[in-house]
Amino acid sequence: MIKDDKNLKVRRSHRLRVKIEGKVIGFLVGSAAFITILVTISIVWNLAQQSLGFFSEISIIEFFSSTRWSPILIPREFGIAPLVAGTFLVMIISSFVAVPIGLAVAIFLAEYAPNNIRKILRPMLEVLAGIPTIVYGYFALTFVTPLLKLVFDDMIIFNALSAGLVMGIMIIPFVSSLTEDALISVPNSLRQASYALGATKFETSIKIVVPAALSGIVAAFILGLSRAIGETMLVTIAAGATPNLTFNPIESIQTMTAYIVQLALGEAAHGSVEYQSIYAVGILLFIITFAMNTLGHWVVRRWRNVY
Amino acid sequence: MSTKIDINSSSLSRRKLIGFLFISFCLLGVLVAFMGLMSLLVQVIIQGYEWVTPNLIFNYPSRHPEQAGLWAALIGTLYMMGLTALITVPVGVGAAIYLEEYAPKNWFTSFVEINTSNLAGVPSIVYGLLGLSIFVYFLKLERSILAGSLTMSLLILPVLILTSREAIKSVPKAHREAAFALGGDRWQVVRMAVLPTAFPGILTGIILALSRAIGEAAPMVAITALVYITFVPVTPMDRFTVMPIQIFNWVSRPQDEFRGLAAGGIIILLILLLSMNSIAVILRNKYQVRSEE
Amino acid sequence: MTIENKINKVSLKVKDLSVYYGAFKALEEISMDIEENQVTALIGPSGCGKSTLLRCFNRMNDLFPNTKIEGQIIYDDIDIYSQAIDPVLIRSKIGMVFQKPNPFPKSIYDNVAFGLKINGFVGNYDEEVERALIQSALWEEVKDRLNDNAFSLSGGQQQRLCMARALAIRPDVILLDEPTSALDPIATVKIEDLINVLKKDYTIIIVTHNMQQAARVSDKTAFLLSGENRCGKLIEMDATEKIFTTPFKKETEDYITGRFS
Repeated sequence: MIKDDKNLKVRRSHRLRVKIEGKVIGFLVGSAAFITILVTISIVWNLAQQSLGFFSEISIIEFFSSTRWSPILIPREFGIAPLVAGTFLVMIISSFVAVPIGLAVAIFLAEYAPNNIRKILRPMLEVLAGIPTIVYGYFALTFVTPLLKLVFDDMIIFNALSAGLVMGIMIIPFVSSLTEDALISVPNSLRQASYALGATKFETSIKIVVPAALSGIVAAFILGLSRAIGETMLVTIAAGATPNLTFNPIESIQTMTAYIVQLALGEAAHGSVEYQSIYAVGILLFIITFAMNTLGHWVVRRWRNVY
Repeated sequence: MSTKIDINSSSLSRRKLIGFLFISFCLLGVLVAFMGLMSLLVQVIIQGYEWVTPNLIFNYPSRHPEQAGLWAALIGTLYMMGLTALITVPVGVGAAIYLEEYAPKNWFTSFVEINTSNLAGVPSIVYGLLGLSIFVYFLKLERSILAGSLTMSLLILPVLILTSREAIKSVPKAHREAAFALGGDRWQVVRMAVLPTAFPGILTGIILALSRAIGEAAPMVAITALVYITFVPVTPMDRFTVMPIQIFNWVSRPQDEFRGLAAGGIIILLILLLSMNSIAVILRNKYQVRSEE
Repeated sequence: MTIENKINKVSLKVKDLSVYYGAFKALEEISMDIEENQVTALIGPSGCGKSTLLRCFNRMNDLFPNTKIEGQIIYDDIDIYSQAIDPVLIRSKIGMVFQKPNPFPKSIYDNVAFGLKINGFVGNYDEEVERALIQSALWEEVKDRLNDNAFSLSGGQQQRLCMARALAIRPDVILLDEPTSALDPIATVKIEDLINVLKKDYTIIIVTHNMQQAARVSDKTAFLLSGENRCGKLIEMDATEKIFTTPFKKETEDYITGRFS
């Protein structure tokens, strides 16, 4: 027989156990979140500490004003300019590919493509985004460079152009998916209002939807280019290892990231100046990408339209 | 009254033409992206298919291309994946649970959030530098598979947190409220109402994060220093190599045979990645069907 | 009664119009005449297809995939659904204001000027913008802040801005899709006053679920109802006074008097 008791019988220890378990778990997941902060702190602390060692031997003035980067060959000189130039050269070339094509792909996907085509294109872009960068490096070196050599006779095998173009293809999915998100977040009511005024699809896309999503699109470009700056293996394989203060795209150059890899490969003696120099380059790389990422996220937050 | 509709409006046909040119440009963009992907895959397959042999999979690296293989790198990759998963999953999912379910809305929480998205944008080589000085030298783990896994864990942690948060966020509020209304405390609600529903999404996130780690070469170059490894790692303190590094090694050699070998290695790497991604896609589709019911 | 006997020119003639969304038939064989310089109200319970019918007049239904239209709408001696007609042309003559105010995230001025720009207007933009804003009774409130973002306006002002935006390109017909359902009572009165003024120059079709509003602003009223299969039909259409006092059909009377299940 079921007793009609007002109070549900529970073991007193059960409540206590639940309470303790809750506290312990709360503490554990909280510290997991705290680890992310710890990671940031250790990145900054580590880069700063190692590069302080570097800057106690090499003056920061030389670092920024000298135009020659020769960390091993005598006379040694540590002017970061050639590495920065190489990095930005590749980034600029990649932006000529990734910005217009990323935007075109995003507008096509968000505004034009019928559902079934979207269902094919999106996974294709995901595949493109999932391919390891080392594969892009192989592709640049063994396919794009020989192709470009047909056009530019005097081109060097390792060159900024090939690496930049392939880098552009590599970041298309990144730029287009962020841009597409921005376009999709524009409410349909604005498109309808535009059509109701007799605008064509093109006029609606370009004069209403794109301006309304502009902050998101700009952020997508900034974040995409920041990615191009931090990319490593592709430029290590295809762009060369010649610190070269040039903006000639068919010459061999070296990016900041490729320099770090080059030195890391050689097992530079721990504590030597050349070992510390990769941290000096690393901290500059970190600062540039961090600034661009922060700017990108800020642009989105600051100019997000409230519909 | 003015004429109402001018069917042969020339200004309209001009506007339509501009629209047509624009859509052609968009399609051209799509085509370039598509051609890029296709030529990449075709190039890899043409150059590499003859090199995909049992030798490639089961042999150790060698100076003779026809005898060289990926065995040490393959096992190294799988070993490192396992360790990385063990380290990242509890921390990443825990942090996601904290941010979605526990965290009060205050400056600290938003700081953690901004910090996580910033960490996701830090170049992978910087993680390599961090691992090199902290794990390899400071904690004296040497160039071991443990040091590699720890470094890789830090690299994919932000990605895992972001995807897990999305999965947890997609659990309907009604689930939580129902569980709270039955007198559950927060952890009981999370464990019984939130995690079971979010689980497939979290699993998809874990697989995608790990598949990113499989292809990452830059930080591993800093940790392993590209040595010649002719053994399979046994303990977590052993030296190791991973597939992308072995491929990088082969690509960097000028001989055509090694380039072919690299393409063969890329094929194996892509097959591994593709199968992981397919699992993720299948999981995601299953999950989507369930949530529509 | 005088109203009933007044004969106006027909602006839009609907002939046997049926609308399908995929396999679902949303409207069946609607026929009606919309008279010039009159306000025609479309009323009926929700889901009866009155908004669908409204969207047929400027071919906005074309924007939804899988929509199929049978029958004709004759405007200016042309069937607007004939192959030769581009919906863009129709929409520049038949304007529309939506349920929720939806100004573009641009300045007040640019909102009004948008339609002029895309239609390739050559002339004095300032004058046209001013005219449209005066017509929509917004000019006095915004004349000193034309470059402010449209979102800085109140909901009612935004809706009048949307009216001005539609009026700027000098349409012939204006479609209003429950234009006051998102507004407070005071803003609603302003919009209704505006409708009464605008009908001198424009033909107006308004969808409303508010019967008092239909009685207040319209000259003609059409009552729609969805039968079995949820398919909307025109029950009757007549002078508003007649519909609200002595409707012909029993369904109409039931709906008007609230005896409707």
